[in-house]
Amino acid sequence: MRAILSILWKEFIQLRRDPKLFPVLFISPILQLLLLGYAANLDVKNIPSVICDMDRTAASRAFIDDFLNSGYFTAAARVGRTGEIDARLDHGGAAIAFVVPRGFGDDLAAGRQAPVQIIVDGSESQTATIGVNYATMVASRYSQKVMLDAFERSRGRGLKPVLVNPQLRVWYNPDLKSRNFMIPGVLGLILMITTTTLASLGVVREREAGTMEQLIVTPVRPHQLILGKLLPFVLIGLIDAVFVLAVARLWFGVPLRGSAALLLALCLAFMLTTLGTGLFISTISRTQQQAMLTSMFFIMPQMMLSGFVFPIENMPPFFQALTRVIPLRYFLVIIRGIMLKGTGWAELWPQAAALLGLGTLILGLSVSRFQKKLE
Amino acid sequence: MKVLPYAFVGPVMRKEFRQMRRDSRSLVFMVLLPAFLLLMFGFALNFDVKHIPLAVVDMDNSRASRDLTDKFAATEYFDVEMRLDRTGDVDGLMAREKIRAALVIPETFSEDLLAGRSPSVQFLIDGANAMSGTTAAGYAASILQSYSQRTTLEALERRGARRLTLPLKADVRVWYNPELRSAKFLVPGLMAFILMVILTTSTAFSVVREKERGTMEQLRVSPLPNVSLIVGKLVPYVLISLASAHLVLGLGWVLFGVAVEGSYVLLLLAMILFLIAGLAQGLLISAITQTQQVAFLLSILTTILPTFILSGFVFPIRNMPLVIQVVTYMIPAKYFLVALRAIIIKGAGLPAFWGQLVMLAGFAAATLALSVAMLRRGNRAGRRRGREGAS
Repeated sequence: MRAILSILWKEFIQLRRDPKLFPVLFISPILQLLLLGYAANLDVKNIPSVICDMDRTAASRAFIDDFLNSGYFTAAARVGRTGEIDARLDHGGAAIAFVVPRGFGDDLAAGRQAPVQIIVDGSESQTATIGVNYATMVASRYSQKVMLDAFERSRGRGLKPVLVNPQLRVWYNPDLKSRNFMIPGVLGLILMITTTTLASLGVVREREAGTMEQLIVTPVRPHQLILGKLLPFVLIGLIDAVFVLAVARLWFGVPLRGSAALLLALCLAFMLTTLGTGLFISTISRTQQQAMLTSMFFIMPQMMLSGFVFPIENMPPFFQALTRVIPLRYFLVIIRGIMLKGTGWAELWPQAAALLGLGTLILGLSVSRFQKKLE
Repeated sequence: MKVLPYAFVGPVMRKEFRQMRRDSRSLVFMVLLPAFLLLMFGFALNFDVKHIPLAVVDMDNSRASRDLTDKFAATEYFDVEMRLDRTGDVDGLMAREKIRAALVIPETFSEDLLAGRSPSVQFLIDGANAMSGTTAAGYAASILQSYSQRTTLEALERRGARRLTLPLKADVRVWYNPELRSAKFLVPGLMAFILMVILTTSTAFSVVREKERGTMEQLRVSPLPNVSLIVGKLVPYVLISLASAHLVLGLGWVLFGVAVEGSYVLLLLAMILFLIAGLAQGLLISAITQTQQVAFLLSILTTILPTFILSGFVFPIRNMPLVIQVVTYMIPAKYFLVALRAIIIKGAGLPAFWGQLVMLAGFAAATLALSVAMLRRGNRAGRRRGREGAS
């Protein structure tokens, strides 16, 4: 115990020696969260649209108004010819265009089918998918209305449109705020990045500086050395987690419906895996630069395949299987579950078990590698 | 005697190349890692929201309600995973992520339809994943709308209307990316993201390593001007990363069919400017930090999340608040991404993105100038310490 404490003390002294380290460790996560909390917004509303009304009749204006009143589209530009749409979409000013050709009003009045055109910028495929969806819906509504109007005029009988009204109820995140989804993810990511990188440089730095030999000849046992080296990072990670949680809760109003104690306890389980990975990287690298590039090799796939943004269920089966060894995947389920859904141990124990299992495995592997290196 | 700064670029370059060769793993990582990551992510990721697991609570159990259920099952957007008797069961299933959405058809559904009243159905969505939730809500609404339209048509037919064609024909055209393939959208974004992160982190060590090892002092006592030190360090990285970027581009073309529609020369220009900007950011980090540890943390924290979220890769910049939109001007990947999408997907010419190139060049120049200035300050501080030590 004494040995662990003295290593721990030495680590803290070394960490304090670089005056920039602590600001980077504690202020930058909060800064990141503030920036990203405001930026992460996928709400597809007010899509800037180009309106090309070549008909200019009451009917075409009513049709266009239906779009603009739906809340999904705003008029970014009105043009007179289809040729001008090209430039507007090219420069990225607008994402969708509505073209009402000449004769639209006459066609409708005469009971002929009136063509309209909806042009979308497919290079932003998310906005495009959602935009097309809403646009066709608005057009279909209008179509239905026209049909009934015509019927009523010709027959003079009252007939109401049958509309199946969807009553949308969104659970856990009623306004479908992207922020509530992203911020817990950012917490997981920051925790992973800081602890993995710190641990990955921890051992290799001593080796590069030549102080590893000095530590080896002391009576400190390998596991004590590792514990003493990793514990400061655990503390740093926990402080970061508390900071980020506080900002998320107090500033952004992201709900924390479940138990905060359970969340912090599972943060510890998660750090078992990140520190284990970092230590492993440290044992297979000769220089700090190698350790850094090797960490990128571990961090980037974890970030992309964990479900942080890209849903796992849309990945091909091979990659879905691969995500099972990604600790962040389990931690994201845990943290989003506890914060947004208020889930507890009953629902989350499989994830917790996976984290503990993976953590023990990678930490065990790196400790055994570390011992071999010492001899 | 005044020495021309450019005369020293060559020797610094040679020294950097030699040091890189010594650490072959880092070199291999720098060249191959971006290609490897693109390979992996290109196959694994997409923005499509399909096969959302759905539960149906059909309390009406009529022909009409089954009809509506079939409408949902027939699309590729929803998979009807289970049918429930009570709405109460939905809660637990959603908490355990067994289902993402639920359709609740009330008892009076078919009755309302027959009577010509507008029935309502409930659609419940797991909003925790806001993004797929939004899309799912849109799909559900449009399925219900087409169902309503058909029901209205049938009602009109029953009332004796003839010649029923829909009055409107909406012709949807998707430009630039007709099949709305997310690969075409994703690959340019991934390129910008991966290159930015790897390049910045790999140069972040270049100066600080010399400081930590004490070789910086040796460079300082040489007649080497700071400009040539910075440029000499930068050039080898630019060459290597250019190779790396071409590998990524080739892979995007061969495997994901993302061909260069526009001019290659313009693409090369955009790429070189972007690479210099990314590397310059790494150099700056290296110049302002004292230890590799902090340099590493700073480079990762200033690239991974900001590039991912603030560049317009995933989140449209126009949705961001004004203050954040201003911050995005400091993200070089933003400019590159606009130029890349314009060239690769749209085949647009210089008028569509020359502003982006100017901004990229400006960012690179400013960052490099700042690195030189920071080095100079470091030198002065070093000299002061030296004097104090001597007296």
